[in-house]
Amino acid sequence: MKIQRSKGTRDLSPTDMVSFRLIESAFRECCLKWGYQEVRTPTLEYLHLFTATGTLTPSMLAKVYSFLDWDGWSGERVVLRPDGTIPISRLYIDSLAKEKLAKLFYVANIFMFEATGKKSREKWQCGAELIGARPPLADIELVMLALEVLRELKIKGVELRLSHAGLIKALLARLGLSAEEQVGMFDQILDGDMKALESLKLKRPELEKTIDSLLALKGKPSGFSKELKELFAEDLPECRPYIENCSRIAEFLEAMGCDYRIDIASGRGFEYYTGVIFQIFKGGEKIGGGGRYDALIPLMGGKDVPASGFALYLERLMTLIKPEALAQPQPPRILIRAELARARDGFDIAGRLHKAGYRAECYLGVQKDSDFDWTVDVKDKFILTNRAKKQKLTAQTVDELLALLKR
Amino acid sequence: MKTKLKIALPKGRLLGETAALLSRAGWGLDGYQEQARFYHIESKTLPQLSGRVFHEKDIPIQVAIGNYDLGICGSDWIEELLAKYPSSALMKVKNLKYGEGALYVAASAGDKATVEALRVKSGTIRIASEYPNLAEAFAIGMRLRRFSVFPLWGGAEVYPPESADLALVGATEDFPFPGLKPLSRTLSINAFLIANRNSWKAKGLDKMVSPIEAALTPEKAVPKPKAAKRPPTKEVSYPAADEDMVRLALPDGHQQAPTQQLLDKAGIRLNDYPSERGNRRPTTNLEGVSVKVIRPQDMPLQVANDNFDLAVTGQDWLTEHLCQFPSSPVKELADLKLGRVKVVAVVSQDKDIADIRDLSESESALPIRVASEYINIADRYARDNRLNRYRLIPTWGASEAFLPEDADLLIENTQTGRTLAEHNLKIIDTLFESTACLIGSTRRVSSPAKKESMESITQTLRRAAEEL
Repeated sequence: MKIQRSKGTRDLSPTDMVSFRLIESAFRECCLKWGYQEVRTPTLEYLHLFTATGTLTPSMLAKVYSFLDWDGWSGERVVLRPDGTIPISRLYIDSLAKEKLAKLFYVANIFMFEATGKKSREKWQCGAELIGARPPLADIELVMLALEVLRELKIKGVELRLSHAGLIKALLARLGLSAEEQVGMFDQILDGDMKALESLKLKRPELEKTIDSLLALKGKPSGFSKELKELFAEDLPECRPYIENCSRIAEFLEAMGCDYRIDIASGRGFEYYTGVIFQIFKGGEKIGGGGRYDALIPLMGGKDVPASGFALYLERLMTLIKPEALAQPQPPRILIRAELARARDGFDIAGRLHKAGYRAECYLGVQKDSDFDWTVDVKDKFILTNRAKKQKLTAQTVDELLALLKR
Repeated sequence: MKTKLKIALPKGRLLGETAALLSRAGWGLDGYQEQARFYHIESKTLPQLSGRVFHEKDIPIQVAIGNYDLGICGSDWIEELLAKYPSSALMKVKNLKYGEGALYVAASAGDKATVEALRVKSGTIRIASEYPNLAEAFAIGMRLRRFSVFPLWGGAEVYPPESADLALVGATEDFPFPGLKPLSRTLSINAFLIANRNSWKAKGLDKMVSPIEAALTPEKAVPKPKAAKRPPTKEVSYPAADEDMVRLALPDGHQQAPTQQLLDKAGIRLNDYPSERGNRRPTTNLEGVSVKVIRPQDMPLQVANDNFDLAVTGQDWLTEHLCQFPSSPVKELADLKLGRVKVVAVVSQDKDIADIRDLSESESALPIRVASEYINIADRYARDNRLNRYRLIPTWGASEAFLPEDADLLIENTQTGRTLAEHNLKIIDTLFESTACLIGSTRRVSSPAKKESMESITQTLRRAAEEL
């Protein structure tokens, strides 16, 4: 019987993990420099944490891994975390609510069923959340942080797409749909189904112009704010603050020389967002995104505190980086050969070499010399060999050996 | 017809019309009738065709896992499976246009609740149902903020208002539950022909089922779903939850007669138990005691959730509950010594298996299929005996007919072992013996009056059990 990996999961090989850790450390260092602190939340949470806000779409919740725990007789289900932001908000309410400003970051796996089993049901995210700060500066800081991480990873040619949850909702309200239809339509947009809006045109021809304008809000940045204002400000005064908000961020990004475009009707995966939404694309594929979610913490029973955040999708980044271009130079690798009788000396030397910053290991009867920079034969004295340089050196003591390696 | 073809057939409410349909289609499954003694049926006309009779609820599972190519059952049980396993190999082939009914989300008739109000309600909304997956899908679809689903074996209609806020119940169009008020009609029920997706392709089933489609009664001028002729909902009032009131659960089904005898012996009189009209709220001469009649299978979970103080169930169901929730606050208060059965591990006589070790050492490439009504006992038994790779198949009655074709191991209760022997089965292990018992919560009872009353009932029943 063949032992199989569970469907819809992946292994990360040693090579994969090199890329994984390079991304993780670039992300951690950027976050730390911007004053963010790392947190980690449990893999298991109660299902009601994710239903409580009423913001996640039913189709998303239907893919959550939920089950009854061994003490779940009350019917209270637990889930494998399907989202990164909601647990961080819970952690903030739990233990950081006294802080005026919480700048938090995490690297975490999230779980979501995927029917074909061809895509992974477990995904890794690098996320940052900025709780307690208002737009537009906080949102701009997050965009800058995200772009800085990508720059550190030498990922070029990324595209930023801007949208606004408030604007989408206000426009939907304008379509004259019933409250239920509006919720349904917003859910479909969140689930990435743009055909929904298209099909509405057939049912309600009088809405064609508005819908077209909504869908057309896409593309070139220049003059965006003017265009938006012209299109909607007179017609839809309630949209004015959202447009102002969006334009200020857009103007700022333009001034900072960022390449961005507007894509108003794209809100996939941003259930709890209330303000600006930004998505990061590379070669047509989404590699991250975020935005403002001011209502989330109050909906979860916390105080009324503004918040925004973003996440980068680790697996996608893994396919985009060149590890060799990012890797730090590694210290020399040393193989220590000792007879069983002298094994203790061998392990002692390995310890001394580790302390001195080298990579060193004892010969286990399997390793190949060619994988190492140096070999050390432990005899009455120590014989050092560097195959590449065809060097052979002799040392009487460990201190001498260290001195020779240093040369 | 060259390839072997197996069909899973329903017993119960759909049997009559299904048998008539198959007979019109010339499938020759003559043994498929009300009083059938055995569950396996060979076709008289089509040598490759055989059928087996199941509880309706078992049929989608049997077809989805590929034990059967075809099945006929109500769409409620199909949707219940698909709600949890949308990518399963189950496919709906044809609406057979009989066995009509609907699923309703209902609240107590006296309840002012609307679905809208529930959505914003703080606290947990408890939903009781035989359809736990559909209940969860409903709660998520309605965006209920916090909910618990109580999976039930039956009798969901008696849970609101005290033991649940909502019940998801299957019913005919006239909604025969006077104590309940339907809030939302979530699904129309019809008998459906279903198939396993893989056999459908591999065996070319579309041709084979054409006689069934031809035998369907011609479509009537599409009868519009009748506006339900509901009797005016009665405002039923129930005794207010009183902290001194002892809430007692008594079993329905075949345990009613012996339970009633025991209560009689103990001097506890009940009005309308067992009830001929399906009344689940009999009254009693015991002061300060309210009685509900529910499934014994459901009682431990209900006691754990503090919906009842005392319940008459079986040790088997208590064990089943504790296998699922080891730290659950439920315990046995008295052994009532009724209905002694053994819970046993059973295999087919034809298999060369003498004890459970022979199964755990089996190196078959296929997983061992373990069927049981006691899914958590079976799971623990398989784990404890280190079965290499196993799958659990939940069943709802008549489990002995699952061996040898549809399962490899059965965890089942037996009184004398006679039925098992008749089905060519042998017992390879006895897990434990089980009798009826009185269960209660391990929580402290705060009301002294209630505590005294509970102790007195426990004592009385224990004495009566000794004397019987």
